[in-house]
Amino acid sequence: MQDALSLALDHARQAGARQVLVIRLRVGALSGVVPDALQFAFEALAPGTLAEKAELAIEPVPARFWCAECRGEFASDDLFAECPGCHRPSGELRAGRELEVASLEIE
Amino acid sequence: MCENCGCGATGEDTIGISAGHESREHGHEHEHGHDHAHEHGPGAHHGHSHEATHSHAHSPEAADSDPSLAEARRTVEVRRAILDKNDRLAERNRGFFRARGLLVLNVLSAPGSGKTAFLRETVRALAPQLKAGVIVGDLATDNDAQRLRETGAPVVQITTGTVCHLEARMVARAVSQLDLAGLGLLLIENVGNLVCPAAYDLGEDLRVVLLSVTEGEDKPLKYPPMFQAADIVVTSKIDLAEACGYDRDLALSNLRRIASRARVFETSARTGLGMDQWRSFLLAQCAERKTRDPLGPE
Repeated sequence: MQDALSLALDHARQAGARQVLVIRLRVGALSGVVPDALQFAFEALAPGTLAEKAELAIEPVPARFWCAECRGEFASDDLFAECPGCHRPSGELRAGRELEVASLEIE
Repeated sequence: MCENCGCGATGEDTIGISAGHESREHGHEHEHGHDHAHEHGPGAHHGHSHEATHSHAHSPEAADSDPSLAEARRTVEVRRAILDKNDRLAERNRGFFRARGLLVLNVLSAPGSGKTAFLRETVRALAPQLKAGVIVGDLATDNDAQRLRETGAPVVQITTGTVCHLEARMVARAVSQLDLAGLGLLLIENVGNLVCPAAYDLGEDLRVVLLSVTEGEDKPLKYPPMFQAADIVVTSKIDLAEACGYDRDLALSNLRRIASRARVFETSARTGLGMDQWRSFLLAQCAERKTRDPLGPE
């Protein structure tokens, strides 16, 4: 969260922000990140910064896997990704490990 | 600070690096200077197209003196991965390791799965043909480093304080303390933790995840990101399998679901079971690396 916050603050300062209203994060279902923990860390770190009053908006990114048999992608909320077509397990993750600062709302 | 669990202080000063003698660390010179991608994304322009506002927007003073700007709520596109910095440093490490022809393993598991014993026996088994160095991470103490030094291998201990995983920059600093002369293999024993270390690339060639037979066959199902990131899974303490009612078929089928591309080795550091296969595998990997890598040693 420290890195996320400093990244956000750098961008906010460059854009001449007086304060940061919203920090939007994209968090993949398989990133291993616990949104509550991010929120908790954010509340601990934000005071005294431009983002003191900012809202942390976390956009979840669902996991998508690739099935080499069926030559197609499939979504899986279940972390044990099994192709719905052929019921084979897939280890090839196409999306869902994201952990990024997407955008900021500033003023 | 860990992105995943929010643990730990951010200060570098909590990180200790010890090569077993008085040492001075290098290598945080790259803390700065990585902020080159300051692209102002489309959002910084769209909807606020009056040029005067934008041209002042880089300076805080301008913002203060321009009421129209001060009130304007606007969006700044960032689109930068949070682990970017670690990933860049990990790539630096990787380049450094490749240039030296080092095979590098990042060894991960829950606390108490037998990483240290496994690595100690790995170093011993390889000793005649391949010299290995070890970097070992723990929150505190250099007990693991001492156990590993019994093998005669060069060992650097990283104490992370309250940080629950190793990061690329810690490894870069530790490597600068390690005598790399003659080394063909670098073993990095990560902090015992099945969650956060999964997200941090250290610049390794292979990720090795240990699963001891005493932990339960469903561990891979409980901690999918860690096992999904594994190139190799080592089921350790296999000598205890019978005593703890380990269901091998179930464990392997769970592993195949989560870590379908990982190679599995079944070992016991205590009895030496399976260590021959593991040793041959590592020797083959090192040999392959030397022939295929144009930046390898002469």
